[in-house]
Order: sequence, then C-alpha cells, then structure tokens
Amino acid sequence: MKILALLKRVPDTEAKILINTEGTGIKNDGIKYVINTYDEYAVEEALRLREKAGGDSKVTVLCMGPEEATELVRTALAMGADDAVHVRDAALAAPDPFVSAAVLAKAANDEGFDIIFCGKQAIDDDMGQIHSIMAEMLDIPQVNVATGFEISADLKKATVRRRIEGGDERVETSLPAIVSCEKGLNEPRYASLPGIMKAKKKEIRAKTLADLGFGALPSPARSAIVRWVPLPKSTGCMMVQAEETRAAVRELVRLLREEAKIL
Amino acid sequence: MKYPLIEEERMIQKTARDFARKELAPVAVEANEKGFFPEAIYRKMGELGFMGITMPDEYGGVNLGNFCLVLALEEISAVCASTGVTMSVHNSLTNWCILKYASEELRARLLPRLTSGEMLGAYAITESEAGSDVTAIRLSAVRKGNEYLLNGAKILISTGDTAGAIIVFARTDPHDRTKGVSAFVVEPSFEGFSIGKVEKKMGLKASRTVELVFEDCRVPAGNLLGAEGMGLKIAFGGLDGGRIGIAAQSLGIAQAALDEGVRFSRERRQFHTRIVDFQSTRWKIADMATALEAARLLTYRAAKLRDAGETCSKESSMAKLFASRTANSIVYDALQMHGGVGYTEEFLIERLFRDARVTELYEGTSEIQRLVISKAVIEEYERSIPD
Repeated sequence: MKILALLKRVPDTEAKILINTEGTGIKNDGIKYVINTYDEYAVEEALRLREKAGGDSKVTVLCMGPEEATELVRTALAMGADDAVHVRDAALAAPDPFVSAAVLAKAANDEGFDIIFCGKQAIDDDMGQIHSIMAEMLDIPQVNVATGFEISADLKKATVRRRIEGGDERVETSLPAIVSCEKGLNEPRYASLPGIMKAKKKEIRAKTLADLGFGALPSPARSAIVRWVPLPKSTGCMMVQAEETRAAVRELVRLLREEAKIL
Repeated sequence: MKYPLIEEERMIQKTARDFARKELAPVAVEANEKGFFPEAIYRKMGELGFMGITMPDEYGGVNLGNFCLVLALEEISAVCASTGVTMSVHNSLTNWCILKYASEELRARLLPRLTSGEMLGAYAITESEAGSDVTAIRLSAVRKGNEYLLNGAKILISTGDTAGAIIVFARTDPHDRTKGVSAFVVEPSFEGFSIGKVEKKMGLKASRTVELVFEDCRVPAGNLLGAEGMGLKIAFGGLDGGRIGIAAQSLGIAQAALDEGVRFSRERRQFHTRIVDFQSTRWKIADMATALEAARLLTYRAAKLRDAGETCSKESSMAKLFASRTANSIVYDALQMHGGVGYTEEFLIERLFRDARVTELYEGTSEIQRLVISKAVIEEYERSIPD
C-alpha cells in the first residue's frame, strides 16, 4: 500500500503566543515549533497500517511549510516513515485553507496513494478544513475525527471508528480515502535514537509550486486573514483583604451587591 | 541554554525530554519511595537507544558520541536522577569497558543484551579500605586453570543487585600496588557471587546500591578485561567518561532545581509581593543560571574532547567538579527560595536536594577531581619551562 501522512509545523503547545505589533502574525522569537499533535497520530497510524499491510507498503510524509519544517519531517522519518515530500515556496508564506488543500492535493496526486492520514485540525489556526477540501478536490471519501482504524483483509476497505455522543460510530469506507485523526486513535511512538540515525539517509524531496506544475498560486484564495487582534486584557480580579475572615466576607458581599450588582 | 546543536542532536534531546516527561515523571515519585524502578523502563530505554548510545551498530548500539550521551543524560536526570546514574554507569563505564577491553566472544555475547536494556551494567571499584585510592584494592583474584577465583567484597555498588554484567576490579598480584590490579566482567550467575547489604541512602532512592560478596567466585579466564595488570589503566580510562556522565547528571538535577525555584518564587507571595520580585531572589536566580550554563559548557567541552579521541582527564574532572558543586549550590538556593515547605516531601526540591549530594561523592570525590586537575596543571607548567 502507498500511505500518505500529512504533517504541519506548528508552535509548541506550551509556547506563549503573542501577536506582533503590526497585527500580521505572531511574535516568532523564542517560539519552539513542533509537529502538529494530531498529525503525530496520523504518522503513527500510517506506520501501523504499513506494518499490517506488509509487502512493499510504504509511508510517505507530505508536508507544506517553510524550510525550518525539514527537521520535523526528519522526525517523522525517524519515527519510521520511508520518505517525504516537502512543498516549500516563498509564495506559500500564508496560504488560506483552499490554497493549502489545492497544493497538497496536487502533491498527493503526483505521489499516488491508497490512503491519506492527517490530523483533524492543526493546533495553530484550528481551521480544520484541509482534509475536507482535499477530499473534494481528489474526489475521494473522507472520514473525519477518527478514534479507531481497521483495514480489511484484502486492503480495499477500511472501518473507521468515530467517537460520538453516547457511543461509537463505525464508518466503512472504500479506498482510496482520507482519514483525519483524533486524540485516542493511538499512542504515537518516539523518534528512537537508531531511528534518528537512519532518518539521515532517507530522502526528503523538496518541491516548489513550479515543480508541482502551478504557474502562480493554484487558485485565488477564498479567504484572507485581515488582521490579528489580541484579546482585550482581562479586567483582573480584586482581592478582598481584611484582618478577619468575617470582615472579609462582609466586604465581599457588599461588593457583590453594590459594585457587581449580582446579589 | 542557547548552544549550537545540529539537527540530530536536537532530535535526540527532544526524544530524551519527551520520554523523561511522559514515561519517567509519572513513575519517578513512586519508584523513589519503593526504592527501585520497574525493569520494563530500561527495556523501553533500550528500544529507544539510550542504553547503547556510544556502542557500534553491530552490537545494537547507536554509534553516537559522548556529547549525545550527555544531552540525553541531562534530560533523563532532570526528571529522575536515579535513572540518570543507572544509565550513566551502564553507558560510560560498563559498555565502554567491555567494548574496549573484552574479547570478541564476550562483546558479542554481552553487548547486544546491554544495548537493548535486557541487561544492566555496574562498575565495582570501592571496598571498605579502597575507593579514592584504587591501588588499595584487596579483593583477590587467583588464577586456577581456566578460571580465576575471586575472594572479598565490594561496597556501594550502584545497580549491583540487578546488573547482568559487573566490571570488577581485583588484585591479581599482592606485591605490586599499581600493576597488580586487573579488571573482570562478573556475571551474577557465577558460582560464589552473592549480594550482601542493601544500603539505605540519603538520595537516589530509585537506584539500588549494594554490597557484592565474592566467595571463591569462579570467573572464566575469558572474562578478564585486557590483560592481567591493566586494571588501573582501565579504571581511570573508564572514569574519564564516567565523570562526564555524572557531570551531565548534575546538570539535569541543577536545571530541574532552577526551574522549580523560578516556578515557586513566581507563585509565592509574601508582603503582598511575589517573592520572585524581591531583589534577593533575583540575584540568586542570576547566579544559579550563570553557574549552570558555565557548568554545561565545561561538560560539553569535555564530552567533545573525548569524542575527538583526545586525552581529557583534566577536562572531565573539571566538568564533574564544577557541575556537581554547582548542582549542590543550586539545590540549596532553590530550596531556600521555597522556604519551609521546600523541606517537605510535598515539593520536588526536597528530592533534588538529596539527590544532588552524591554527585560530589561518587566516581571520584570533589577532592579527587582537584587532585587530578592540579596534577595536570602542574605537569603542563613543568612541560612548558625549558630544562
């Protein structure tokens, strides 16, 4: 089987995000970048499927992002993926989901695939659209927010489990298809030290928009981010202080009644 | 700390950090209370490559250098210093000695099991009358046909009761203090080998420290490392790497303590002020962080020299002396920043404070490091003046 796993470079979940003064993006200094958490589940599921499918099955990581994303692609190779395609182009500095999906769909098509795994959303902009737009463009079924995955014995069909209110939904899909992954699907493996050494020899094919056959940006973006605006500063809390608890409570009740007017 | 790492080094650091936080942190508290780690953790560390970082591929190792070992040890030790020392001894001492001095038969038999984490390594020099003074070793090894009979005892041996391969230094010639010491690989299945007293220690409670007893312990001649009389050379060669490992362990403890100190002082308020905003706290933080980074640079330098195949006894000792000293001063200050609660088991700093102490004691006390350093400095001077 030819298995694709999509990977996006995003700020570390622990990073403190600040909007830059121009309102065009976030302050980059001191921010660590990591593989999008949900994409880690996608890579892991791709590796598990390869082990099950056997034969000459192969996992290719597909990433669109700046040059700095190479290290994260390499990390996925260290986890065990076979090779990677890294689409990077200055024109793709801030693509909208439609453009991203068009580029990724073309790259996936060029590569050929039986199944595509990706995260259910990227944890940076939380758009969660790529898999659905790609599925439409590639004209293949999509099953989203997967918490379980099983392949049929003949490798032609998959059963995907989705967690819904009060139970699980089992969706059977023909292949090729795109499956977006949710937390709980699996426990992603670490990039082992031997894996890191092996990954150095694995191929990462860098591609530009021109390499993918696009003259300019694939199609006009459908949306644009106008401005990034920081949240208004919270008005903060007031500490009620008094020598005695009894006095503090009396003061608190007075404030709730007279200032906040909720009593 | 900002330091130019290459891609693979950053990736190794991240794997070690993720592993330590996700796998070690949840069990570290219980392991330190119970006094041992579930062996499965070392298997997992073996699978990830942590138990054979500097060993060649053919023995299941990763074929990396001491510098990468240091990066990994720092991360592991920051979460559990007990696991740190087990990993350090295993990699820098046991693996290294076997690779460099054991017969091919022994290497092929033991190294794959060591690098996979199936088997742990230990290193036994100290006796009741010998330790800093290695030449005072009394444990005797007498050749009888195809084997040696070992008699005596070793004390304070980390991982001694769970190790599958123990490097034991013994006396093969009672008349020659220096050339009469030899090194052996002792396997716990050998007849006449037993575990004596299990120590109750101040810190590193998840790492076992025991006495090893040898009563006509039968060691095959093939388990002799190098040749008879090479014991001191092997011991000191191993310790150059071992000291870099303990320096790395110290860095991990120190980093964890600094982080705890900063975290706590930002939360704790006294006199309507976060204590991190008092100048006395600020001065401490600046000094702790500066010393820590200086210690890290000394350690990285020593590791890189060893990887380049250069002699680095002085540099290893400097790294170990300064990093262990720094770790102890940082845990002291970080505990002070906590105030009284830092003295309770509720706070991580209490464990870090206890764990740090031994870094100035084992693999050569700070006094021994100063002997090594001063001897090298004086020799350098003497070589620089014309006859």
